[in-house]
Amino acid sequence: MRKCYINGVGCISAQGTFDTVFLEDSIVNDQDNVLTIQDPVYKNYIAPAAIRRMGKGVKAGIVASALAMQEAGVENVDAIITGTGMGCMEDSEKFLKAIIDNNESFLTPTSFIQSTHNTVAAQIALGIKCNGYNFTYVHSAVSFESSLLDAMMQIESGDAATILIGGIDETVEYTMSLFKLAGYIKNESDKPFKVLPATSKGVVYGEGATFFIVADRPQSSSYAQVLAIELLNSLEVHEVEIKLNHFLAANGFQISDIDAVVLGYNGDIEYDVYYQNIAENCLANTTQVYYKHLSGEYNTASAFGLWVAAKIIRTQEIPAIIKVNRVEKESYKTILLYNQYKGKDHSFTLISTCQNTE
Amino acid sequence: MNKGVAITGMGIISAIGNTVEENLISLLNNKVAISTIDNISTIHKDSIKVAEIKKTNQELVNELQLPEENNYSRTAMLGAIAAKQAMADAGITDINEYRTGIVSSTSVGGMDMTERYYYEYFKDESCLKYVSSHDGGATAQTIADELGLKGMVTTISTACSSAANAIMFGARLIKAKKLDRVIVGGTDALAKFTINGFKTLMILSDTDNTPFDNDRKGLNLGEAAAYLVLESDELVQKEHKRVLAYVSGYGNANDAFHQTASSENGEGAFLAMQKAMKVAGLEPAQIDYINAHGTATPNNDLSEGRAMLRIFGKHVPDFSSTKPFTGHTLAAAAAIEAVYSILALQNNIVFPNLNFKTPMSEFDLVPQAVLKHKPIQHVLSNSFGFGGNCSTLIFSKSE
Repeated sequence: MRKCYINGVGCISAQGTFDTVFLEDSIVNDQDNVLTIQDPVYKNYIAPAAIRRMGKGVKAGIVASALAMQEAGVENVDAIITGTGMGCMEDSEKFLKAIIDNNESFLTPTSFIQSTHNTVAAQIALGIKCNGYNFTYVHSAVSFESSLLDAMMQIESGDAATILIGGIDETVEYTMSLFKLAGYIKNESDKPFKVLPATSKGVVYGEGATFFIVADRPQSSSYAQVLAIELLNSLEVHEVEIKLNHFLAANGFQISDIDAVVLGYNGDIEYDVYYQNIAENCLANTTQVYYKHLSGEYNTASAFGLWVAAKIIRTQEIPAIIKVNRVEKESYKTILLYNQYKGKDHSFTLISTCQNTE
Repeated sequence: MNKGVAITGMGIISAIGNTVEENLISLLNNKVAISTIDNISTIHKDSIKVAEIKKTNQELVNELQLPEENNYSRTAMLGAIAAKQAMADAGITDINEYRTGIVSSTSVGGMDMTERYYYEYFKDESCLKYVSSHDGGATAQTIADELGLKGMVTTISTACSSAANAIMFGARLIKAKKLDRVIVGGTDALAKFTINGFKTLMILSDTDNTPFDNDRKGLNLGEAAAYLVLESDELVQKEHKRVLAYVSGYGNANDAFHQTASSENGEGAFLAMQKAMKVAGLEPAQIDYINAHGTATPNNDLSEGRAMLRIFGKHVPDFSSTKPFTGHTLAAAAAIEAVYSILALQNNIVFPNLNFKTPMSEFDLVPQAVLKHKPIQHVLSNSFGFGGNCSTLIFSKSE
């Protein structure tokens, strides 16, 4: 069975992450309950005429994918697999609002055409003329993890050698106002917004585009090796530790082998207990990392989490801004990620330094 | 040839029937379901025809015995009905007994509720329960809840090829031994969003759709849901399962030509069919029937026809599009056509491509216009979607 390596990354987020080493430019914004991306210079990557027609997620996705491919030194790939929880919201909303406000009249197709969930993957394929496998997963907090699992299976079976994967979600006004109304986003009165410790219900929302080149061979640009991933739709709080131990054991690991754990804490007092429970028990002596105070919570924020984990392995350093506890390790060789949203769509991901053995 | 992954159950709800049996009866008796729209109020009511499931949301709620405070979208309810049928057909009583997953697909998800309550949300708090049913994943989660499944659940959305990709990924999960069994398929309800979307693209027919006809005027939108149960060989043997057919081949490729239009020579479709035959270990001559995507849009049928000619040359097997019966059910299309492909294998029949009169001027491809009985071993089913997404599945007879 072939192995799966991360050979390039590209990250567009609420932080300056597209031209930095790691998180050296990051700051915690505790004043806004919706964090928007820091725009890269799009015209360096996309023709200006095309930029105007593109939704935010499409633009950011194209740039993040270009960065990942550039870093990995590849010009084309065997497959493009994306994950997006909410899809191309900007165009969906634009079209839906026009339907309702104009009573189904005077509509133009542009925003409908770009509203489908697979627009980012399709536009990337179109841009690099990639006729390969092209999939888009749209399943809430495991949208990105589904694409990683799919890619791993193709690498392991030898069906593909180089695959572009990514997670993209965009914030748009109407949906954000709806999420505020429904209580998914923290109230203004809960300011300053905190992820750790969580003191109020709901989350600070975010958006981003995080892409990776995964391949069957390591190279000098390699960050890490993806060892295993598992998706589980619903778990009770007490079941997480049991499932985590099963996951590790099934892959020949135990808790003591884990050098750091990247947890998806999002500051929602109702659900952060899922993380807290393992953090205070089986992972109490493990270095703990969090990141959603930087990225905001969104369905594919966990792709930002994987970017963080890959960067830790590459730099062998954990910036203070993402540390949860004071446990330190001499080296960070094996990192576990755990994520869930509202007690649903749990994922465990295990990555390590590259082991260049067949 | 490669045997593929066993299909042990199937379920379907479409405009031509609420069960597999009803769908078969309609297909055998040319019972189409293209009509004016009843369940959605739209200004296009008189200018379009659709394939609508003639059940109101309340009737679906009653059928599923849901509490009144449920927050299920129509898409989710249709999906739950079809998935439950598939489970029962496969004789599954304890869904968590083995490693079981769901790979679902949808394009509109809960859009039917979002468009209904777009401004209501801000006036009436009781609507807010539907906010969480909008996204694509909510549909699959609803189905998982209805089935009581705890395990791997995911959703694919690649426009009109979505369900083919769900079936493909499910088959691969079984082959890779990640799961013992998996419920795969798709669901999409009619919505103003898609009606108006396709309307602006000017590819909606005001009359019955006529795939592969020179005078085709576009598609009829439809709504449907269908699911298959795929199981590992080990489980089939252990449980002495009846096998309906096998998913023997699958392939996905991207046309990389245009966001919504298919390429002149059908490159993506060609590659998808080629890959699927390679996975199945079959030669073109071994395909007995093609259940074509055949949406009856000028662009699709030309592109698909050219791709078929590139694969099959002078010996294009019997082919037909069943969309004159069911309309184009978007993300669900490949799932309902998977059920029809299995029915074709089981009953040794080629379903008719209804409404066909005049061959297209660009080539001399003539679909099978009337019901045909003949031995069928392998059926190839195509599904293509926006974003250049091209998928092919091959279903083979169970010995």
